[in-house]
Amino acid sequence: MTRDARITLTVNGEEISAVVAVRTNLVDFLRHDVGLTGSHVGCEHGVCGACTLELNGKAVRGCLTLAVQADGGTVTTVEGLADSGRSDALRAAFTRRNALQCGFCTPGMLASALSYIERGGSDDRQAIRDHISGNYCRCTGYQSVVDAISDVIREGDGA
Amino acid sequence: MKAPDFDYCRPGTLAEALSLLAGADGEAQPLAGGQSLMPMMNFRVAAPEILVDLAGIPELRGIARQGDMLRIGAMTTYRELQDDPALQAVPLIAMALPHIAHDAVRNRGTIGGSLALADAAAEMPALMMTLNAVIELAGPDGPREVPATEFFLGYYETACEPDELLVAVRVPVAQPGEVFGFHELVQRHGDYAMAGVAIRATGVAPIAGLAVGFFGVSDRALRVPAFEEALTGTDGSEAAIAAALPKLDAIEFEGDTKISAETRRHYAGVALKRALKEMLA
Ligand SMILES: Cc1cc2nc3c(=O)[nH]c(=O)nc-3n(C[C@H](O)[C@H](O)[C@H](O)COP(=O)(O)OP(=O)(O)OC[C@H]3O[C@@H](n4cnc5c(N)ncnc54)[C@H](O)[C@@H]3O)c2cc1C
Ligand code: FES
Ligand code: FES
Repeated sequence: MTRDARITLTVNGEEISAVVAVRTNLVDFLRHDVGLTGSHVGCEHGVCGACTLELNGKAVRGCLTLAVQADGGTVTTVEGLADSGRSDALRAAFTRRNALQCGFCTPGMLASALSYIERGGSDDRQAIRDHISGNYCRCTGYQSVVDAISDVIREGDGA
Repeated sequence: MKAPDFDYCRPGTLAEALSLLAGADGEAQPLAGGQSLMPMMNFRVAAPEILVDLAGIPELRGIARQGDMLRIGAMTTYRELQDDPALQAVPLIAMALPHIAHDAVRNRGTIGGSLALADAAAEMPALMMTLNAVIELAGPDGPREVPATEFFLGYYETACEPDELLVAVRVPVAQPGEVFGFHELVQRHGDYAMAGVAIRATGVAPIAGLAVGFFGVSDRALRVPAFEEALTGTDGSEAAIAAALPKLDAIEFEGDTKISAETRRHYAGVALKRALKEMLA
């Protein structure tokens, strides 16, 4: 039984080992301890999607995952998605389509959208909307976000 | 907000987890996917002293066909269910899964967590009742089984005692000729339902062997035997549904900050009509 734990995990390709308070959630650990501030924190109860990032190849809520639960795992944040080139087409489409204004939702939106695209999601607008229904955006009205995602699917170079 | 401080442990066997729970005198809580428990802790409506992480327990994992049953381990995530070809044998679950929360939540949320939590608006409890599934529990006195129809007792209240763990659920696979319906009314895709319904029937012309599970209507998922009887033997037409709907008087519909009890009752009827129509089409 423990209130602090040593965890070792791979973040954006780099192995990191640290002692964390077990109550620390994954997104706070990444932002405050690792210094990766790309993932954002909004609601802290799983609703807004701003903290969405990749754990062991799957999109998860960084605010609903404890850092200790990621021990031994592989994390990819929005920074890692950019560095590896995986999000290139999507980021270009977001820029072209004006799919961000303040950008607060964007890291989570990109992680969510990428998981949809990489799993072979269709370019049907309603299907895209249903998929990103767990990511709040207070600026764009979603129209341009859907445009960007469907662009990447149609171009076929995002997957 | 952030979760309050707590102790954390990650047992490697079911026996170890059960002894941790038994030794904690009600201060310990199991952690499955954390997709309900973490929000409750961050809101500080839950503040367990000890979290017993179930992620390392092999006995709680796996999906296996056992004759006419599909046995699903408690720690199976919605995503693992969605990806498993064995799920084709239980089409009702496959129909409902896309409506449960969002991709990132489904990647971690588990079937055992949903059943143990027993949110009144959650899909899984109603599905398990409709399918006559059997819930497997383990506790200090050994294993026991509870039919899903007797498992849900009220708001976040189930037959699972604090020193017990939900181990698995056994779900009957679909029989030839069996048909299924599902519909829920939500404000946004992936939200908890304002009212929803899951249907199973062994025949449709006329309707036979009917089971209808409601969720998001009252303090728990429920079935109404008098309502199922009233629709059985009919053709499921608008008139037959209208004649059966008064039997829903047996439900204590609940209102909340979003919708009133009357609106909920209306929505339950709408969800039912849509699910039946699609099922009979
Ligand atoms: C934004 C959002 C939207 C959502 N929308 C929906 C929705 O539309 N429909 C829906 O049904 N759910 C929804 N959920 C909840 C989600 O489905 C949860 O995953 C689920 O309710 C709980 O599963 P979990 O594995 O995360 O359990 P946890 O949160 O880890 O645990 C839930 C409770 O069950 C107990 N528990 C867990 N496993 C066991 C076990 N094996 N034995 C005994 N007790 C156990 C825990 O102690 C806790 O009290 C949503 C969640 C979020 C964040
Ligand atoms: S901060 Fe995690 S979903 Fe809002
Ligand atoms: S761009 Fe501002 S919240 Fe989405």
